[in-house]
Amino acid sequence: MSVRIGVVTFPGSLDDRDAQRAVRLAGAEPVALWHRDKDLHQVDAVVLPGGFSYGDYLRCGAISRFSPVMDTVIEQARGGMPVLGICNGFQVLCESHLLPGALTRNDSLHFVCRDQKLRIENAGTAWTNAYEQGQEITVPLKNGEGRFVADEHTLDALEAEGRVVARYLDVNPNGSYRDIAGISNAAGNVVGLMPHPEHAVEPLTGPGTEGLGFFASILKQLVNA
Amino acid sequence: MTLDTVKHATGTPDAEQPWVELGLKADEYARIREILGRRPTGAELAMYSVMWSEHCSYKSSKVHLKQFGDKKPETDALLVGIGENAGVVDVGQGYAVTFKIESHNHPSYIEPYQGAATGIGGIVRDILAMGARPVAVMDPLRFGAPDHPDTRRVLPGIVAGIGGYGNCLGLPNIGGEVVFDSCYQGNPLVNALCVGVMKHEDIHLAQASGAGNKVILYGARTGGDGIGGVSVLASETFDASGPAKRPAVQVGDPFQEKLLIECTLEIFKEKLVLGIQDLGGAGLSCATSELASAGSGGMHIELDTVPLRDATLSPEEILMSESQERMCAIVEPGKVDRFLEICEKWDVIATVIGEVTDGERLEIFWHGEQIVDVPPRSVAHDGPTYQRPFARPSWQDALQADAPTAERLKRPASGEELRAAVLQLVGSPNQADKSWITSQYDRYVLGNTVLSTPEDSGMVRIDEDTDLGVAIATDGNGRYAKLDPYAGAQLALAEAYRNVAATGAKPLAISDCLNFGSPEDPDVMWQFAEATRGLADACLILGTPVTGGNVSLYNQTGDVAIHPTPVVAVLGVIDDVNRRTPIAFAEEGQLVYLLGDTADELGGSAWSQVAHDHLGGLPPKLDLERERLLAEILISGSRDGMIDAAHDLSDGGLIQAVTESCLRGGQGARLVVPDGLDPFVFLFSESAGRAIVSVPRSEELRFTEMCGVRGLPATRIGVVDGDSIEVQGQFTLSLAELRDAHTGVIEALLG
Repeated sequence: MSVRIGVVTFPGSLDDRDAQRAVRLAGAEPVALWHRDKDLHQVDAVVLPGGFSYGDYLRCGAISRFSPVMDTVIEQARGGMPVLGICNGFQVLCESHLLPGALTRNDSLHFVCRDQKLRIENAGTAWTNAYEQGQEITVPLKNGEGRFVADEHTLDALEAEGRVVARYLDVNPNGSYRDIAGISNAAGNVVGLMPHPEHAVEPLTGPGTEGLGFFASILKQLVNA
Repeated sequence: MTLDTVKHATGTPDAEQPWVELGLKADEYARIREILGRRPTGAELAMYSVMWSEHCSYKSSKVHLKQFGDKKPETDALLVGIGENAGVVDVGQGYAVTFKIESHNHPSYIEPYQGAATGIGGIVRDILAMGARPVAVMDPLRFGAPDHPDTRRVLPGIVAGIGGYGNCLGLPNIGGEVVFDSCYQGNPLVNALCVGVMKHEDIHLAQASGAGNKVILYGARTGGDGIGGVSVLASETFDASGPAKRPAVQVGDPFQEKLLIECTLEIFKEKLVLGIQDLGGAGLSCATSELASAGSGGMHIELDTVPLRDATLSPEEILMSESQERMCAIVEPGKVDRFLEICEKWDVIATVIGEVTDGERLEIFWHGEQIVDVPPRSVAHDGPTYQRPFARPSWQDALQADAPTAERLKRPASGEELRAAVLQLVGSPNQADKSWITSQYDRYVLGNTVLSTPEDSGMVRIDEDTDLGVAIATDGNGRYAKLDPYAGAQLALAEAYRNVAATGAKPLAISDCLNFGSPEDPDVMWQFAEATRGLADACLILGTPVTGGNVSLYNQTGDVAIHPTPVVAVLGVIDDVNRRTPIAFAEEGQLVYLLGDTADELGGSAWSQVAHDHLGGLPPKLDLERERLLAEILISGSRDGMIDAAHDLSDGGLIQAVTESCLRGGQGARLVVPDGLDPFVFLFSESAGRAIVSVPRSEELRFTEMCGVRGLPATRIGVVDGDSIEVQGQFTLSLAELRDAHTGVIEALLG
C-alpha cells in the first residue's frame, strides 16, 4: 500500500502543487487537502506548504491556524502524526503552538529569495532521517518574515533537546536567532522549516536535488513503521 | 443632487457639463452629443471621457500601430492577434501561450509601491481573461540617475511593490531589465509582462453574446480607488499638481487576485463561461462596453447591484472606478448557480449585475432609472483618431554627427588603461549585478522555472511529461532609439530575439511596450512614427508577429521627454527544456567562440556613457538576416549538444558578456584579440548580431563546420580556464576583483 501524504491548500497557499510534486518524486502519493474540510482522508502525514495564506493578513499563519482542517491536523499531530510545515506552514505551526517561537520580519526588511546552504542538525526526526547528521545541503529560501525568534530559555531548551533541525550556513538570510532554519517538537514528528526543500527536487528547476531528503525521510519512516 | 437620468438629460439640453475637467476636447464632446442625439448623462460622459482617453483609445498612436497588422508576417503560430486582452501563440503539443507587456509608469511615479504592484495585477488578469493559467512575470524597469535622491524614493518602492504583489500571487519573476538614465528622472518606466499557458480549446474571448445570458461581476468589491486614474493619470503630465492626484492610484490586494485566479481557472475547467473580460483601466465602463460591442446584441446592467466598499459612491464613480481584482463574465442562465458555487468555494464575491439583450444598446440602470443608453461600439471603439503632426527633430542631425570617434572621445590604449576601463564598466550601475533587486522576487514558485535572471531569457517548463517550454526576453535601449528611433526599435527587437535564441528557444512572436514623451510634440511623434515603422519592418523580416502590447505617452517633465524607449518582449518555444543553454562558463578547457562580425561601433554604447557621459553618433548597424542566421546556429547548437554556454553581446560589448559568463560559472577565461581587431574595439564595441559560446573540444569541428557551411563568422577567441580573465598581451583581472567591482553596486547606492 502506498504512503499517502496530504498537502493542505489554504486560500493563498502557493507552493502546494510544488509540495505535491516533491511527495510524488519521493515515491509517495500526494493527497490534496482543503482548508474547509476537517477530514484528512486517511493520510499518513501532512505537509503545510508555503505561500501567503489569507494574504498574511493580521499575522502570518494567524488566520489559517483557525481553519477547520487545522483542528484535525493539530489533534492528530499531538497523537504522533508527522507534520512538516514549510515557510508559511512553519508560521502556521507556530501560531498553532505545535512549535515554540515565532517568525518575524527579516532583519533586512526585504523579501529575500536565494539558494541557501543549511546544515542538518538532527537527522533523527520523521522528516530528516534520510540525511546524515551534520550533512550540508543547499535548497531555495524565500521569505519576507522568516526570522525565527524565541526567548533565551526556549532557545536553550531547543538546543539541549536536539530540536534544532536545520541551521543556516555561510549567511543568515533573515536574522534568525542562533541561525535557526528549522525546529521540531519534542516528539520529533512535527517539523517547521523556513527554507523550501520542495524547490530542490529536480536538477532542472532548482539548485539541485538535496531537498528531496525531507520527503524521502517521511517515506522511510512510514514504510518502516 | 438629482440623478442625471437619460430622461433628465433629454429635458435639460443646455446643462453645463464638466467635459473639460474630464479631459475631453470640444470636438470630442460635440461628437458625443451627435452620437446620442442629446447631451450625455453624467454617467455617459464619464464612460466616454475615460474610454476616449489616450490610454484607452490609443487616439494618437493607432494610425501608426496599424502597421503591425498591415505588415504582419506570414505565420501559423498566431492563434489570437491584436485587439483581445492578449495575443495567443501556438507552441505545439496542443498548447497555446499568451503573453503581453504593459506599462504602469505614471502611477508608479506617484505611488511607487501600489503603482508597480497593480501593474503586475493588471497584466496578470489580462492573461487570465484569455483562459490561461498565468505562469510567470517579468519586469523591465527604468529609473533616473542612480545617485539622485528621487531614485532612492522611487526604486525601493517599485521593487517592493513588484515583489509584494508577485510573490504573494505565487508567480515566479523570471527576468526583466533594470536601467538607469537621467532621462527617466521624474518619469520612471515600470513595464510588466505576464505569460500564461492553456490548451487550444481553452481560449476565451471578451464578448457578450446570446440574449438572456447573465453578466456576472466577481472578485473584489468596488471602491473609490483609481477613479479617473486612466484619463487623469495616463494622459497628462504631472506639473505641480502631482500629490493631489495620489488617491487616483489603485490599491492592490494580491491575496484577492490569487483567489480570483484559482476560482477563474476552476470556472474555465467546467466550461461555464461564454465571454470574459478583466476590469482594468476604465473599470466597468470598459468591461461592459467592450464585451457588448464585441458581442451580438446589447446589454442591460443594474448598476445598483454592484457590491461596494463605499456605499456613498455615485453611479458615475462606480462606472469609472478602477478597483483591482475584478472580472466580468458572460454566463448562460443554467450555469449561473454552479458559477456562483465555485466563487463561494474560493470566498470570491460574485453578483449577477445584468444580462445580454437582443437590442443594440448598452443600457445601465440605477435603482430602476436609466442613466446610460449608448451604442456600445461608440464607447469602446469609435473614439477619436488623431493624425498628430510629426517631424524629424531639428537637433537629430547634430546628435548623429557627434560620433564617439577616437579623436572625439579618448579611448583606453594601454593594457593598464583597458583594465581600468573594464572595471569601470562592469561596476557601473547599468552593467553591475542586479541581484539586490531580483533577489526580492520569488523565482522558484510553481516549480517550473528553468532559467531566470541573469540568464539571457527567462524559461519555464509548461509540460512536466514532455518537457516542452517557453522562453521570454525583454529588451530596450533608449540611448540607441534616441540616436535613431527606427534602428533603435529594431535593435531592441533583435536583442530580445537573440536572447531567446541564445537559450536554445525558437522565437515565435512579440509583444511591445512603447514608452514615449508627449504626442503633442512633433519631435516625439516623429520618434514614435519611426520606432513603430522600424519595429513593423523588422517583424516582417524576422517572421515574428506583434501579438499586442501597450503604448505609454506623456512620459515627460515640462518640455523634456524621456529617450524614446520601445521595449520588446520576444516569446520562443523549446521542445526540450533539458537542452536549454545557460550563460555560465562552467567547464574548464572549453573553447570560447565569438559569433558574428565586430566593427568600430560605439554610438550609444555603455562605454561612451560610463567613460564620457556621451550620447551621439549612430547606433550599431543591424542586419536582420544575420540575426536570423545567428539564431538558427544558436538553436541548432543547443539542440545538438554542440555548445554548453551562450551569451548574447549587447550593451557593454564582449568584455561585459565574458565577465558575466565567467562570474556565473565560477571559471576564468584566456582571450586572444583576433588579428586585425583593435583591442579596445574587440572588448567594448556593441556591434549587433553577435554572441559568445563555449564549445566542448569534442564538438569544435562539428560546430565550426556548421557555422562555415551556413556562412556565419565564428572566431575562436580563447578558452575557459583558471580564475581570472586574461586578455593576452593586454591585462589580467582576477575573478575576485571583477566580482568585487560587479556586485554590491546597487545595494551600496540604494540599499
